[in-house]
Amino acid sequence: MGRRGLVVSALSSVVVLLVIFAIFWLAPGGPTFRAFFFNPHDMWQAFVGDPQKGLLSVGRGLVTNIWMFLLSEVLVLIFGLFIATVRLSQSPVLFPFRALATVYVDVMRGVPIVLVMYMIGFGLPELNLGFLSNQSPAVYGCATLTLSYSAYVAEVYRAGVLSVPHGQLLAARSLGLTHTATMRRVILPQAVRNVIPPLLNDFISMQKDTALVSLLGAVEATRAAQIYGDTVFNFSGFTVAAILFLLLTIPMTRFTDHLIARDRNRRLATT
Amino acid sequence: MDKVLELTDVVKRFGDNEVLRGVSLTLHPHDVVCLIGASGSGKSTLLRCANLLETIDAGTISLFGQSLQDPRIDPDLVRQHVAMVFQSFNLFPHLSVLDNILVGPVHALKRRRGEVRDEAIALLERIDLRDKADDYPDRLSGGQQQRVAIARSLAMRPSLLLLDEVTSALDPTLVGEVLDLLTDLAHQGTTMLIATHEMNFARDVANQVVYLDRGVLVEQGTPEEMFSNPKHESTRNFLERVR
Ligand SMILES: Nc1ncnc2c1ncn2[C@@H]1O[C@H](COP(=O)(O)OP(=O)(O)OP(=O)(O)O)[C@@H](O)[C@H]1O
Ligand SMILES: [Mg+2]
Repeated sequence: MGRRGLVVSALSSVVVLLVIFAIFWLAPGGPTFRAFFFNPHDMWQAFVGDPQKGLLSVGRGLVTNIWMFLLSEVLVLIFGLFIATVRLSQSPVLFPFRALATVYVDVMRGVPIVLVMYMIGFGLPELNLGFLSNQSPAVYGCATLTLSYSAYVAEVYRAGVLSVPHGQLLAARSLGLTHTATMRRVILPQAVRNVIPPLLNDFISMQKDTALVSLLGAVEATRAAQIYGDTVFNFSGFTVAAILFLLLTIPMTRFTDHLIARDRNRRLATT
Repeated sequence: MDKVLELTDVVKRFGDNEVLRGVSLTLHPHDVVCLIGASGSGKSTLLRCANLLETIDAGTISLFGQSLQDPRIDPDLVRQHVAMVFQSFNLFPHLSVLDNILVGPVHALKRRRGEVRDEAIALLERIDLRDKADDYPDRLSGGQQQRVAIARSLAMRPSLLLLDEVTSALDPTLVGEVLDLLTDLAHQGTTMLIATHEMNFARDVANQVVYLDRGVLVEQGTPEEMFSNPKHESTRNFLERVR
């Protein structure tokens, strides 16, 4: 972008921001809206919470969201790789497992995650299976996220491997590399580059979906905001929760876009 | 005399499509055999069967008298001795030129990297690309990439080199440098089976030329016999057309 371009884009950004701001400020219900959603006092109260009034801290709630997605991301990376490996296997002996993995991926991608959450969060405790049946809602939440997102991530891995041209496999095998060595030295290193941006996209989406454990009664950021809203009759807590989620996801979305752009530039430079 | 490669009545089908129909062919040490024939006649398939990238449906293929259809044969081991070079180079884009050459000896032959490195550098000198050792393949011209691909196969010290139309994807101005390298290899006694559309190259370098027509080995002979005096009608027609 040239100097002129910079000036124009800066100007147009200012204008757009002013228009959006004016709409919120000048709307007939503007003052009420602001008092409900952007009251600084309530925002702070919701953020820190107040045990005496039974108000839970949205900030503390977010800690639950954070450990949930950190744990789930690690589990998803492992379980997703496992499913992808099964789906990509060739041996006739493994056919039933391949079929099973395919069904699994179809089901998990087809059923709304909320339903999976209910089935696991309310279903498992009913089964009276000892250890499996007396976990906290947050743990059932992690299990749901892991089971559901592993299906997506498995497909991301699989697409990454299949995106490597067939000639690479032929060339590696004709050097006498075993199937494993071919995967490790030739196919996977190339697949990883294609896999990282879509993988991060799924993670961003999963970070937000940690809010769904509130359906099982776990107190995380959105649930704390809801309790605050119900008690004080002010929704500023939701704004706080939204801002906190944005603070978590924006670095990741920016980073993903950066990777995609870099990859694109590299491809353009070589063709 | 030893036979490097011997095909006997080899049949290969893809579904109902019989692509090789009883092909028999022998390569002795230092032979340079050129496979010619129209598109779809089965040249690539024959090469791929020879290093077990494809399995055959009937007949036998043996390497130094050892049948490759023996179930105890390890295909990976066979491929360490039979190298293949492709029309589309298939260099590994995530590895430097040097690492492309090292990957076979180090990870298939399990030789020590430091020990193979000097050989790899010597190979790069031989193909005049010593200064490109640390570059990535996408920085090289097509001709340079194909020379690296040939060096990558040679690093395996193969007993037999299979080449599948290695100049067909190249800009005409770059064909010469690759054919020169192959001519060098031929003069040094490398045993090669070459599928090619370059008739002049076949005439100059091959000691046997084999004509395939829809999976049938129609005729085989020295370049003089084949190009000056083909016996079969279909060979004559083919040579008329490509001339
Ligand atoms: N993997 C495959 N599956 C099914 N059919 C195949 C496969 N590979 C090759 N064929 C068929 O086998 C026949 C011979 O193909 P092949 O590639 O060996 O011919 P070719 O002589 O190398 O031709 P070209 O000069 O175009 O490279 C063709 O009819 C082709 O369609
Ligand atoms: Mg071919």
